Order: sequence, then C-alpha cells, then structure tokens
Amino acid sequence: MLQLSQDGYAFVYLIATIFFIFGLKGLASPKTALRGNNFAMLGMGLAIVATLVNPAVTSYTWIIAGIVGGAIIGTTVALRIQMTSMPELVAALHSFVGLSAVLVAIGTYMMEVDGLSHKVFDAVFGTEISLGAAIGAITFTGSIIAFGKLKGSLSSSPVIFPGQHILNLVLLLVTIGLCAKFSIDPDMSALITLTVIAFVFGVLIVIPIGSADMPVVVSMLNSYSGWAASATGFTLGNNLLIATGALVGSSGAILSYIMCKAMNRSFISVILGGFGGKAEEASGDKERKPVKSAAAEDAAFLMENASKVIVVPGYGMAVAQAQHALRELYDILLARDIEMKFAIHPVAGRMPGHMNVLLAEADIPYECVEELEEVNGDFSTADVVLVVGANDIVNPAAKTDKSSPLFGMPILDAYRSRQVYILKRSMGSGYSGVDNDLFYYDNASLIFGDAKETCSKIVNALNES
Amino acid sequence: MSDTMMGIYVFVFSCFVGYHVVWGVTPALHTPLMAVTNAISAIVIVGAILVSGAFGDGFNWPEVIGFFAVFLASINIFGGFIVTNRILAMFKKK
Repeated sequence: MLQLSQDGYAFVYLIATIFFIFGLKGLASPKTALRGNNFAMLGMGLAIVATLVNPAVTSYTWIIAGIVGGAIIGTTVALRIQMTSMPELVAALHSFVGLSAVLVAIGTYMMEVDGLSHKVFDAVFGTEISLGAAIGAITFTGSIIAFGKLKGSLSSSPVIFPGQHILNLVLLLVTIGLCAKFSIDPDMSALITLTVIAFVFGVLIVIPIGSADMPVVVSMLNSYSGWAASATGFTLGNNLLIATGALVGSSGAILSYIMCKAMNRSFISVILGGFGGKAEEASGDKERKPVKSAAAEDAAFLMENASKVIVVPGYGMAVAQAQHALRELYDILLARDIEMKFAIHPVAGRMPGHMNVLLAEADIPYECVEELEEVNGDFSTADVVLVVGANDIVNPAAKTDKSSPLFGMPILDAYRSRQVYILKRSMGSGYSGVDNDLFYYDNASLIFGDAKETCSKIVNALNES
Repeated sequence: MSDTMMGIYVFVFSCFVGYHVVWGVTPALHTPLMAVTNAISAIVIVGAILVSGAFGDGFNWPEVIGFFAVFLASINIFGGFIVTNRILAMFKKK
C-alpha cells in the first residue's frame, strides 16, 4: 500500500486545509459557491484517504462499517430534509461533531494508556485531551437542546430558575478544575466525570435561551463544534484539525456577532438568556387605536396599481410554506412590469440566511432579494409592503420608543411605505413578546389568516382582474 | 519548538484566515456557510480513524469507541456536504 513519510502526510493535510479555505471563499458569491463546495469535499476526501493509509491504522473493519453507516444515514437525511427544517438539521449535525470529539478524546487517552500513542503523557497532553472532551461534550448536549427547541419537541420558551447563573458558573469552574486535575493526575474516571459535568453544563447554557435568540445559539454552537475539532487537533498533534477547527470556530463566532448586532443585543446577555417568552410590557397600557383589518383582495387591488412592491418575510413564511405562493405573486407582478423585491433582515427566521434559502427554493432569483442595508432606502418609494409572518423586525418602536426592549435594534423601515399589509395568523406579539407599533399606523392594515392562503388569494384576485 | 507551540501558531493564523474569508461571505449564503462548516468540522474523523484503527485485530473497546466516532463524523460529512450542495444548486438556477 501507498506509504508516505511523516512530512508527506503533513503535506497532504496542508492541501486539504487549503481546499477547505477555497470552499469557504467560494461562498462569497452564489456563482462560485458550488465550485467551492466541491473543493471542500475534495479536501475532506484527501484527508480521509491519507489517514486510512497511515501505518498507524492497522485494522479497517470497524472504520469501514462506520463510514458506510454514516454515509447511508447522512445521505438519506440530507436528500429528504425540507428546507424549512434546516435549522434543526444543522443543530443535529453540530451535536454529532461534539460527541465524536468526546469519543476521540476518550479513545486517545485509551491509546495512551496502552502505549499506542506517539506522545508522552504530560500536563500539556492531559490538558489537550480534557479540553477536547469538555468542549465536545458542551457542544453535544447544547446542540441537542437547541435541536429540541427548534423542532418544537422541547418548549421554546426560556427555562429560568433561581440561582441559575451561579450554578452555571460553579459547573464551569468544576469543569475547568477537573481538566486541571486530569492533566496532573490522569485516570479514566476523572476524564469520564469531567465529560458528564460538561454534558450537564451544555444543557444548562442553552435552556435559558428563548426562541428570539435561536439564530445566535445555532451560530454559537457552530462555533463550538469548530473549537472542539481544534482541541482534538491539539490532542492528536494534527495541524489539519487545528486549522480546520479554527476556520469553523471563527466562522461561527462571526455569525454569532452578526446576529447579536442585528438584534442590538450583547453576546453576554444572549448567553445569560431569558429574552423572549415573558411579556415585558414595560411602557404599560398605551392608548391604542384599534387595528385595521383588510382582505386579500384589497392588497391585490393596491398592488395592481403599484409600481414597487416589497415583501418582508419572517419565520411565519417558513411555517406556512408561503414561499411558493410568493413566487407566483412575483411572476404575475413581473409580467405586469411591477417591481417586486424581498427585504431580508439578518435575524429573520431561525438561523442566519434562512429566508434566502426558502426563497431560492421557490426559484425566486437572488438578484431581487436584498439585505437590510441595501433595501432600507427603498421603502419610502414603495407603494405596497407585504409583511409575511414577520413581526419584531418591522416594529418602529425599535427606533421611537426608548422604553421598548427592542429599542436600538436595526429594523426594516416598512412603515415608511405608502401602505403596509401585515399577514398574520392572529393578534399575537412577536418572539420578543413586544406589541408591534406598526399595526396601529395609519398606513398599516392586517390581513388575518394563514400566510400561504392569503398569498394565494392575492394571486387569484390579481389573475381575475 | 514543541508540537503544541507549533499547533498554537497554526491555530492563531487559521483564526485570522477564517476571520477574513468569512467576512467575505455574502449574507444570502449564511445558511450554506453553516452547513458546509458543519461538514468540515467533521474533520475529527481523522482522529476517529486513528483511534479505531490503532489496536489491530481482535475485539477491543477503543475500536468500538472509534467506530461510533467515525460513524457520527461520517453522518456529518455526507449530510453536511450533500445538503450544502442541494441549497447551492437552488441559488444557481435562474
């Protein structure tokens, strides 16, 4: 079989790292993204083959069984998953990386005990093993909780109890303490104990986080899965894992930062949790005018005479699967020379870029899908804005009401347009539990009902006219 | 320089590379970015293979542990890359 020198393996791993970087770089534009993904796949293939031919690997049965089993399950799930369920899938996949890192850390220690490791056990090696296990364990259980919350099998409202932050702090310190103990005085039971405590810690850091902050949590766990891979790389003395983990870790960290900024929340306050769910009616009962409700036909009538229509999608569009009906609307308006754009807020949906994927799924060209900074100036010249299942991201209170919990969050300026229609299932508030000032504006009307049905009604009304 | 110190060099520089590359990713592709980073973080499979294959023939526990690690990482690799491919194909078509 093909044998490489130590430097030979390192060289192949370097090529794999470069291919991963190309993979991420390709995502700068939808045009180059697929090619980038192919590079990343090639990098992974190279890394796996090089490892398989390593003379340290002497038995193959279990490895092949693992790869084949994983390939079957992974492929089946990836081909069947609905695009609306992407956040759940991503959370589930993060948990697998986490658990895998834990198992590798434990297995590496077993190799060390059996004298099969190329490294001599010292405090540094011990620290590397224990960090790999701890970060992996936190990623694993944290992602499972996030998965449950996203899927709806766990309550998405924050779980808060007295002394929570103190308990978390204690668990964190205990985990660090056990890592230190393991690195000085290693034994298997210490490694298992610290892993179990890190499992508990992972659960506890995600349960207090409400659904409004889910995009941050998903990005954060993305980041952790990278750090877990890096820690495993240190354990094995493998620069490929260290570099790749760092790429993934910084990617997740940047996404978390972007999400926090888009909500005007600090990362710390997200981690401490509790936002969303509890109704914080800080300003008390304001004098409210009654909301105006309208019919789908009214919206169709105004659109027919409009020259520019902007759609603001939110998580409600995903739930109602309204993206295909919106595509029909887009086609009709396009045929009548009416400009239709989609305005995407960074935290619309449950994960970064969620809305873009759903619109792409419905074949809506990405040229007419614009981000907050690009599109915000356009609202003042829009004749009709259709808010489809979004709430907090168009709440003008974020600009006008200093007492609002949303104050300071960048919003889409839907209220500046001539007429806003808000497609809503019922008169409830958004994730944040904050009442939406926009509903009471003179130029706003609510259309109650399922978002998909309402969109279809608008399409029908336009077809008949 | 020790292996660990070398690793720290690699780690720090990779963070900088990651920082610059990821800021260049268009926000429209943030979901596929998460999916593909998910797939490549399954590079821990390299460690999993080394653990599973190290003990030679005959039954032993590390091999079983390694098997589960290989299995989980493979789900990630195949699931992550294929779903990324599916999403990106949607962006490609006009």
